[in-house]
Amino acid sequence: MAYSEKVVDHYENPRNVGAFGKEEADIGTGMVGAPACGDVMKLQIKVGANGIIEDAKFKTYGCGSAIASSSLVTEWVKGKTLDEAMNLKNTQIAEELALPPVKIHCSILAEDAIKAAVLDYKAKHAAPVEKVAA
Amino acid sequence: MNHLPIYMDYSATTPVDPRVAAKMIPYLTEHFGNPASRSHAYGWESEAAVDEAREQVAALVNCDAKEIVWTSGATESINLAVKGAAQFYKEKGKHLITVKTEHKATLDTMRELERQGFDVTYLDVMENGLIDMNVFKAALRPDTILVSIMWVNNEIGVIQPIKEIGEITRSKGIIFHVDAAQATGKVLIDLQDVKVDLLSMSAHKTYGPKGMGALFVRKKPRIRLEAQIHGGGHERGFRSGTLATHQIVGMGEAFRLAKLEMNTENERIRMLRDRLYKGLKDIPEVFINGDMEHRVPHNLNISFNYVEGESLIMGVKEIAVSSGSACTSASLEPSYVLRALGRSDELAHSSIRMTVGRFTTEEDVDTTIATMKRTVEKLRAMSPLWDMHLDGIDISQVQWAAH
Repeated sequence: MAYSEKVVDHYENPRNVGAFGKEEADIGTGMVGAPACGDVMKLQIKVGANGIIEDAKFKTYGCGSAIASSSLVTEWVKGKTLDEAMNLKNTQIAEELALPPVKIHCSILAEDAIKAAVLDYKAKHAAPVEKVAA
Repeated sequence: MNHLPIYMDYSATTPVDPRVAAKMIPYLTEHFGNPASRSHAYGWESEAAVDEAREQVAALVNCDAKEIVWTSGATESINLAVKGAAQFYKEKGKHLITVKTEHKATLDTMRELERQGFDVTYLDVMENGLIDMNVFKAALRPDTILVSIMWVNNEIGVIQPIKEIGEITRSKGIIFHVDAAQATGKVLIDLQDVKVDLLSMSAHKTYGPKGMGALFVRKKPRIRLEAQIHGGGHERGFRSGTLATHQIVGMGEAFRLAKLEMNTENERIRMLRDRLYKGLKDIPEVFINGDMEHRVPHNLNISFNYVEGESLIMGVKEIAVSSGSACTSASLEPSYVLRALGRSDELAHSSIRMTVGRFTTEEDVDTTIATMKRTVEKLRAMSPLWDMHLDGIDISQVQWAAH
């Protein structure tokens, strides 16, 4: 499969690979996908006191397009509010990376990952006092 | 050959051996006659070249030259053999047997025969990719007319027990077709010894040209086929169409060289493959797919757990390897062959086929090992699954949301 230059660039020089401590209060973590389907994305955001995303990190198991989609998203969400991050659309990712039709699901997964990370952060802060027993 | 990327995909195709190409060229320009032209020297010399090539192909598999039918490749040979025999003998019975790990050329042909009213059994294989003879025997029915099994699997390189199967099919009067596209020049094929009735061959997997193949059709006992391509009655009516003299000459020379050199060549190739295996097997969490003992010498199919195959191939662009079969690489489905071995989807997604050949060097192998190791390490460093593995989490126990 021939990849676009941008996909190759993100694959070869992935931005923001890494992880934050999952339990920390200012971190939101989203993990989406399934190994059996060939992609798993873990995306984390670090949110400042002002509600702005200060930093983001990812780890991805998947094809080049999945790695590029998650790398791109970590760049995009930095400096955004949580609501702005929630509004990120997979079509923007697909367009920026010039993903072929068979790889559109990678951009959908990246959108899902960022949404899951924001929701995880919000869940942590919605009930800050009582730790609900699982 | 210092071309980049390094070619490690000899099971997809092989380069035409320069000796073969040299022999082909005069049949394009000087000796261009139609071998069916009986009235002049152009035709006679082409016919003589075709006859010589027929002898050469027959010699590699130890059959009579009159039992060889030229085709456009193994796919056509398989179509002619399977459809041709099923249709000719359909009054005898409508049951056919094949294996789940066959090439698509066989599986799709079987699907078409199902549409024509035949009943097909697709046998499971064992975890090592080989057929369980008891499973095979149990699948035989009184109305079974044809069994089609590949000699060597294209993805994992395992060698099926063709001789044993042939003894059973012959004793029951069942026609036995074997897809030998990946077997010629790799394993000893002696059609006087094995009771194979139809054998499909390809030129381009054995250093001959693409677009050229042959089908062995046994004369004793005589196997009959319904032709699939009609026309001028070439090839005793089995396959009409003007013979491609230069292609045929190429296949003949390629097979002559294979017979001459296969013993020494396969030893050299096995050493290279074993060097590759040795260099990769110490990486943690690697799995070999398919039996290592009953296997052609040039194939290594290996899964790097927690690394997705397509991203691995992208990371090793200095090396030409294949993820699954080249025919299915365009799809996102994991290899159906590895799934049939009972491999998990993750491991099937993580598999790479590396096949070495005539022009592979030790240096090529060493570069491959170093590049593979570096890339697997890099991708695992960014794999959330690898982190989970290091944390002792069993990912098969995690509730994943399938998508």
